[in-house]
Amino acid sequence: MKITSIGRASGVAVAAALALSACGSSSNTGSTGSGSASGSGSSSSSSVAAGTKTADSSCFSGSLSGQGSTAQGNAMQLATTDFASKCSGAKVNYAPTSSGQGVTAFLAKQVGWAGSDSALNSEKGEPAKAAAACASPAWDLPMVVGPIAVAYNLKGVGKLTLTSTLIAKIFSGKITAWNDPAIAAANKGVKLPSTKISVFFRSDSSGTTDNFTNYMNTTDPTDWTAKHAKAWAGKVGQGKPKSAGVGSAVKATDGGITYVEWSYAITNNLTMAQVDNGGGAVALTAATASKAAEAAKIAGTGNDLKLKLDYATKAAGTYPIVLVTYEIVCSKYADATTGKGVKSFLSYLVSPEFQGKLSTVGSAPLPSAIQAKVVTAVNAIS
Amino acid sequence: MSSITGVSVGDGLSDPSDGPDPGAGASTGTTGDRVFGGLAMGAGLLVVVVVALVGIFLLAQAIPAIGKDQINFLTSREWNAAGQRFGIAQLLWTTVVSSVVALLLAVPFSVGIALFLTHYAPAWLSRIGAVLIDLLAAVPSIVYGIWGIYVVAPKFTHVQNFLQDWLGWIPLFKAVPGVTGGATILMVSVVLAVMILPIITALSREVFAQTPVTHKEGALALGATRWEMIRTAVLPFGRPGVISASMLGLGRALGETVAVLFILTALPGGQRFTASLMNGGATFASQIAGDAPENQNNADAMGALIAAGLVLFILTFIVNAIARVIVERRREFSE
Repeated sequence: MKITSIGRASGVAVAAALALSACGSSSNTGSTGSGSASGSGSSSSSSVAAGTKTADSSCFSGSLSGQGSTAQGNAMQLATTDFASKCSGAKVNYAPTSSGQGVTAFLAKQVGWAGSDSALNSEKGEPAKAAAACASPAWDLPMVVGPIAVAYNLKGVGKLTLTSTLIAKIFSGKITAWNDPAIAAANKGVKLPSTKISVFFRSDSSGTTDNFTNYMNTTDPTDWTAKHAKAWAGKVGQGKPKSAGVGSAVKATDGGITYVEWSYAITNNLTMAQVDNGGGAVALTAATASKAAEAAKIAGTGNDLKLKLDYATKAAGTYPIVLVTYEIVCSKYADATTGKGVKSFLSYLVSPEFQGKLSTVGSAPLPSAIQAKVVTAVNAIS
Repeated sequence: MSSITGVSVGDGLSDPSDGPDPGAGASTGTTGDRVFGGLAMGAGLLVVVVVALVGIFLLAQAIPAIGKDQINFLTSREWNAAGQRFGIAQLLWTTVVSSVVALLLAVPFSVGIALFLTHYAPAWLSRIGAVLIDLLAAVPSIVYGIWGIYVVAPKFTHVQNFLQDWLGWIPLFKAVPGVTGGATILMVSVVLAVMILPIITALSREVFAQTPVTHKEGALALGATRWEMIRTAVLPFGRPGVISASMLGLGRALGETVAVLFILTALPGGQRFTASLMNGGATFASQIAGDAPENQNNADAMGALIAAGLVLFILTFIVNAIARVIVERRREFSE
């Protein structure tokens, strides 16, 4: 009995040793590959003119996995499918779990990159933790603009304009009926019924809530006093789970209003309000949402392209309520195969070919100025 | 057929048949006996160890989080895990009330169905009925959740409006302004009742079917009608089993997550407390499910959620303890 169990244990040890040595050899071959990959990357970026600069779009072979934000879930599904048909040897998968889970998995080195609707939070020491996990600085690369629609359901009203003050007042419960004079003043010529306003909010913690409350707190801090947070801090309304929950609740409730990712507003056929930040009413389209990212300032340094969105922007034709999802990557991957994979896939994500398709899945493309910066950053990944 | 209460539903059975032991003469020696005994003991100990480890994990994670809580953990009704302001009072209320109402709705139906299947229905119908009930138990809870919110809720709104209009003077049915579309605690209770119905029915059916024939024939011989026979022979015999089945059902209702998350309207902070079943809210499980994904990288918020999980763990323990006490006492009476 004892002898056999010792024999078994030694067998396990041998197998483990074999597995370890196998790991070692694979990483060795990987690192030789990385030299050629970074070489081709730099040559392509230098050969193309700055304005129409594109990233190295060569394929890689192997598999790559990412995880994170659900806000870019549809976009990633489209990207991974397209990428698979473009590069037959490459397998990329993206699990849309949540931004928090994606970052956690990234810090634990379980995934090649993380998708997140907020950049790494320096208050929580995330950039330092990520740098430790990568053994190189981690970068936040903005990739997909996710517009947040203010969707409503009001019988007989197909077009509605809401100013930022009106939005804050409605969602904080200061305006409770649709025929309120303040709403009427912003909608001359529209006949508003006296229906009660039913506010719906996300009952689960969500980046959409975080960005939307940030918008209200930035544009109208007197009416929306609470600081932005992933959990709803309002005092009125009814909570429904996920985008699907708030979307269907508004659809079923006359007088309902909510904030929801654009793609859900489209698929649920919800009517969306135009938003007036002071520069005129703007309808939500891919182009107007994209302009909001153009108004953003880059808060990161170097190739870390963390953005500071300007929610209060008055620029004409800009739809101000958007969130930007970042791809969080290592600047230098310890495992060169992963590095090559991330570089290759992100090059596809930032390519005009893919960015142009984003509006079909309810997202908006990056403005070209930021696109160019992301290309530079992607080319610097190794 | 043992239940989570640790009491077998067949515990009230008299001794097994007096016939010859079919296992006699099939001895394999003592080795098999020892191996099997060891395996069985290992399995038994494993359960104890797992439960103890879960408890230790919850305590270890929850205590530091409760220490950082800025408001009273037990009495406050505010819940903001990420903001370190969390109290369980409202969650506890919603969890207990929705589950208890579900139990009150489900138990009479379950007992009725079980009695019908065992004592009234013809054999072929009884067999089909038993299979259907088991099938109902196998429906995933997400299906109940979606069915509840898209199919039941719009229709149930009318029932709730009726209750609010005519019985609104009872605090339980008082209308709550701001909660529309039927997504209330009462509605959740109805869906939970449907979910736990098959468990309670299936177990009750088993015990009722095991009522000793001598008891039943004795009652009938004394001139009892069928209803009187059920009342005097079947129900007393099956009572511990029904109670333990109900507690199993209550356990499922308390811990039900997805269906509650989908159906129940969450409340914004700062609402006044009301005892009405027409209110919204969140249960422990649905709150944890809603908050957990986005707070994975926030250790403090996760601690708060684990603290809520600890309370649910203790609550389930208490429910099972009560069930055990009831079952033990009943057995003293019936023996």
